[in-house]
Amino acid sequence: MAKIKSLEDLKKKKEDLQKKVDLRERADQPEHFVQIKVGMATSGIASGAKEVMDFLMEALEKRNIEAVVTQAGDMGYSYAEPTIEVTRPDEEPVVFGYVDTKRADEIIEKYIKRGELVDGILPQNYRTIDEE
Amino acid sequence: MANYKMHLLVCGGTGCRASASDSIGESLKQKLEENNLREEVQVIMTGCFGFCEQGPIVKILPDNTFYTQVKPEDSEEIVQEHVIKGRQVERLLYKDPEKGEPIHDARKMDFYKKQIRIALRNCGFIDPENIDEYIARDGYFALGTVLKDMSREDVISEIKESGLRGRGGGGFPAGLKWDFAYKNESDQKYVVCNADEGDPGAFMDRSILEGDPHAVLEAMAICGYAIGADKGLIYIRAEYPLAIKRLKIAIDQARQYGLLGEGIFSTDFNFDIQLRYGAGAFVCGEETALIHSMEGDRGEPTFKPPFPAESGYLGKPTNVNNVETYANVPVIINKGAGWYSKIGTEKSKGTKVFALAGKVNNVGLIEVPMGTTLREVIFEIGGGIKEGKKFKAVQTGGPSGGCLTEDHLDTPIDFDNLLAAGSIMGSGGMVVMDEDDCMVSVAKFFLEFTVEESCGKCSPCRIGNKRMHELLERITQGKAEKKDLQRLKNMSHVIADTSLCGLGQTAPSPVLSTLQNFWDEYVAHVEDQRCPAGACKELMRYEIIPENCVGCTACARKCPVGAITGERKQVHYIDQEKCIKCGACVEACKFDAVIIK
Amino acid sequence: MEQVQLTIDDKQVEVPQGTTIYKAAKQVGIDIPVLCYMNLEDIGVENKPGGCRVCSVEVEGRKNLAPACATEVFDGMVVKTHTMRVINARRTVVEFILSDHPKDCLTCKKSGNCELQDLAIRLGIREIPGQEYAEMSTYKTDYSPSIVRELDKCIMCRRCEKMCNDFQTVGALYAFNRGFNAAVAPAFEMDLQYSPCTYCGQCVAVCPTGALTEVDHSRDLIDAISDPNTTVIAQTAPAVRAALGEEFGYEPGTLVTGKMVSALRRLGFDYIFDTDFAADLTIVEEGTELLDRLSKYLEGDKEVKLPMLTSCCPAWVRFIEHHFPEMKDVPSSARSPQQMFGSVAKTYFAEQINKKREDVVVVSIMPCLAKKYESQREEFKVEDNPDVDFSVTTRELAHLIKEANFHLKDMEDEDFDRPMGESTGAGVMFGTTGGVIEAATRTAYEMYTGNSLDEHIVFEQLRGFEAIRKATVDFNGTQINIGIAHGLGNARKLLEDIKEGKSEFHAIEIMACPGGCIGGGGQPLHHNDTSILKARQQAIYREDENKPIRKSHENPEIKKLYEEYLGKPMGEKAHHLLHTRYFDLSRKIEIE
Repeated sequence: MAKIKSLEDLKKKKEDLQKKVDLRERADQPEHFVQIKVGMATSGIASGAKEVMDFLMEALEKRNIEAVVTQAGDMGYSYAEPTIEVTRPDEEPVVFGYVDTKRADEIIEKYIKRGELVDGILPQNYRTIDEE
Repeated sequence: MANYKMHLLVCGGTGCRASASDSIGESLKQKLEENNLREEVQVIMTGCFGFCEQGPIVKILPDNTFYTQVKPEDSEEIVQEHVIKGRQVERLLYKDPEKGEPIHDARKMDFYKKQIRIALRNCGFIDPENIDEYIARDGYFALGTVLKDMSREDVISEIKESGLRGRGGGGFPAGLKWDFAYKNESDQKYVVCNADEGDPGAFMDRSILEGDPHAVLEAMAICGYAIGADKGLIYIRAEYPLAIKRLKIAIDQARQYGLLGEGIFSTDFNFDIQLRYGAGAFVCGEETALIHSMEGDRGEPTFKPPFPAESGYLGKPTNVNNVETYANVPVIINKGAGWYSKIGTEKSKGTKVFALAGKVNNVGLIEVPMGTTLREVIFEIGGGIKEGKKFKAVQTGGPSGGCLTEDHLDTPIDFDNLLAAGSIMGSGGMVVMDEDDCMVSVAKFFLEFTVEESCGKCSPCRIGNKRMHELLERITQGKAEKKDLQRLKNMSHVIADTSLCGLGQTAPSPVLSTLQNFWDEYVAHVEDQRCPAGACKELMRYEIIPENCVGCTACARKCPVGAITGERKQVHYIDQEKCIKCGACVEACKFDAVIIK
Repeated sequence: MEQVQLTIDDKQVEVPQGTTIYKAAKQVGIDIPVLCYMNLEDIGVENKPGGCRVCSVEVEGRKNLAPACATEVFDGMVVKTHTMRVINARRTVVEFILSDHPKDCLTCKKSGNCELQDLAIRLGIREIPGQEYAEMSTYKTDYSPSIVRELDKCIMCRRCEKMCNDFQTVGALYAFNRGFNAAVAPAFEMDLQYSPCTYCGQCVAVCPTGALTEVDHSRDLIDAISDPNTTVIAQTAPAVRAALGEEFGYEPGTLVTGKMVSALRRLGFDYIFDTDFAADLTIVEEGTELLDRLSKYLEGDKEVKLPMLTSCCPAWVRFIEHHFPEMKDVPSSARSPQQMFGSVAKTYFAEQINKKREDVVVVSIMPCLAKKYESQREEFKVEDNPDVDFSVTTRELAHLIKEANFHLKDMEDEDFDRPMGESTGAGVMFGTTGGVIEAATRTAYEMYTGNSLDEHIVFEQLRGFEAIRKATVDFNGTQINIGIAHGLGNARKLLEDIKEGKSEFHAIEIMACPGGCIGGGGQPLHHNDTSILKARQQAIYREDENKPIRKSHENPEIKKLYEEYLGKPMGEKAHHLLHTRYFDLSRKIEIE
């Protein structure tokens, strides 16, 4: 292990290591970040939800967007798989259907970054358990 | 580095490990492996979550799922359902003690809602055996900052301004202590960490050392810089093998990164830390006794002054703080004294960790801001009294503390308020008692501990406490008289007034506080030979209600000492002389005819 | 030193900074009761563990009571030593102590001389509440050849520990167990005889209660004197005469030699002899040995062991055997005066009076507890019959004299019997630190130089009370360096030097007890007043001065003994009867 010789060394090291705990730190206060839920029921996985999730995580990190990506069970939109739900801080969640990597890229660039709506928003048809 | 989508935090604290949390971690990893998910999902063995009663705990992030009482065989379901399909395993979720409903988001648990975690900030969050995780959480930034930008005086005044007071029991201002050690000139000084946690039921220091050992190492180094010491010693009880193991790993890793050793951060500051093992004597928590024990001498206190800051380990200026106190230090440096001193009450800043135990629903380790009321702790965080029973008293501060009543429930907890109420903060023990607890027995129980743990050096503690315990024993047996209560009070006062160290001075607190707050209960024991809580075995009377007895002989047949007589189909009778109060008759009777008086 | 002003019981006191409340109070005549506290000022030993809490006092502004013995005063301090709060606390604490203390004062050896008993009387304690159901801490009683330990009576004052560890550096006694079962004992609670204990008896000398006492031989003495078939011979050590009077109301430092002889005669001893006679004999042998080693050394013999160490103190000998076994051939091989006396009495003198060895009982009266052990060492027995049958202490003798209703003050002075009652001023000096080496110097000087000392018989440079003393004596051009230490901790320092080859001395005198034998474990209790030891030392010097003959080799009876019986000093017969060897006892420390 290389020695840490200065505070700057330490800062650099921390930046490299940040990823290790980012997910945990953001989970503590997800409302401060963009939250993305990926529908990962069997049908979602079959239609490529896993690839979408991988893409999202990688792309968000590369683009320096602090987000919490979680997988959810069946979201109730089997007809539009893969589906993702995006919640920008202090905003209502929005669900997108038929998401592939290309659409995911668009969602990031337009909706997540700038708040512009994109095609394929599904009407909300479920309530979360917390709201019951 | 793999880009994990999900973190499975498995509690690796002593409590959960005792219930095989190790193998839960292993089997989770195995199941992930089988499903080709090792690249996506990380399993981390963390320190304690504080929620020990319902361990082993598995927490899943980022979706904040809190699983309790997990068994290794649950791994399959967790991976298949939760990890792969994103569906929480309902039956493992923590359930609200009152409503019995599962809680899907850990952040909504009452247990965690009111807590602010400073000392425990990394416990249950990072892998304590990996220094990188600590660094990722700003670890060693405080040390780096101190060495780069702060003078020794700056550090001391920062700690002073933060208002941090010693968390080991005394509540002495930490900054002032550091200042004394700083001002005493010497060729050699020492920084000592008191990890001889001895209060029965208290395990905050152990949890910190197991869950976040680097925080303590970093703080000790900061202290070393401030007072001018290059050697640190951690006095830890040998009964804490996991904490010792993790400390050793942590020290080793810190040395490899050059965060301990010579020329730290390329400055001329050297600091290294060694472990010293104690045999777990309660009195060795007293700083002079601790130092004697480290020197290889009998662990008994000596008269102060001289204070350790003047003449401590090997006669050199020594700063002694406990684990929890040190754990606050890096945060104070990183976030500033101003930030820290906003938390808490006027004279007690920051947070305090308590080991909540007894008759509450949520037993465990909690960290709350100073000023939180006892009611909030017991009824919100603690989830109220078990089985819907009535709250009777809460004993704070371990065996040296006192028992507080319902009248004190809205007292904001801090050093001075607890003292004014007749108890102490101590190291943070908190035992809740309900209507079934006899307060004389409670006092006896705590005193028994001090009698056991007295070092025997001074006579009031060595003999006096023993005599008090004997008298309490007689009271619970109905053998004492009313005038003995006066004697008990006098003994308590004299022992508190004359004992050499804190152990003896506070040993009578459980007795004094119960005499004050539960006088009638004492009187009932000595005048009526009656235990109002029905807890004192010798004072119980088993009797048969003639109206209910059908003469089935079931009780007489079960009685192991033949104390019950009566013809078939006739009312039975219990001979009180023979009765050993085992309760077998109560269980045997199908007609509720046997009652306890 | 900065002065501080304070008020104690409304009296103004000014004392140097660092003074304790106890000492400041004493200065204005306020007597705060103490129990564990001990201050042996002249030897620099202060025991203030703050353990008993009897000296608790009220200090204004302080939450709890303060132990006066350990609390230092500060400017403007206001102290109350006898308020009702203090009186109540003090009484309660002593009741606690008594509640765990046997109530067998009737037969306790310390009865009437017990500091705990005095305290109970002073505080007017009349009952121990709750005694009927109070558990007592009990331990087995340990009988060693010299010391009896009854731990039931231990009050954890730690004085013995202080003496054993800090002053003597023997390390035989240490607190063990904790809480209610705490007491002081050898490691692993083994018996004293298996420990490195030297039997110096300093623990006994300071024990405030009956927890540590001497093995009592007064019953054996009564039996021996009562037996018409035995001839009972007394030998009295030099330090006894300088202290016995204290038990009978004399000022410390009063010599009662003649009265003591008279009392012994009335008790029924057949012969009253003097250990001083044997001390003279020791000097002749030891002086000859020193000159022998010295001349070999000056001739360039590299094998010869120098410095030579004195060997008359049995606690010191046992210290070497336990702690420095590798140096066991450094001390003189000369037996101690007690043992020389025994072997001469049971041979030379027994022959003179036509008695068989087994019909003669030699009783030594000693200021010492180690002498009890020494007399029982195997090498000092002939066919299981010890040269000295048993040894009684000054205290035991005093008891016996009182029991026999003799009033020492009213007794006439009488003289020792002859031949073994003849002694010189040199012999009597064995009772004090520096005395043995001064006696040896007188003889060695004359033997070596052939000149007579006459005028310059006193070697002032060897006298005094300091812990370690160094002096150089001019033997006609040959400079002889002499070292003196009393207290085994001080002796240890000199031994370490020898071990490291740093010692500059030709001869070293060691005595285990503070002040030498005058401060022995068998002497009347000084109750922490060490000025008594200094007074006894002066008495010894006076006794020397009063003697017509002051050089051992001029003792006519000693000359006669060599002529008639022993032949030459260090000769074959002398070697057989008057010399011994030492053993490695370090391995004998084992757990039962």
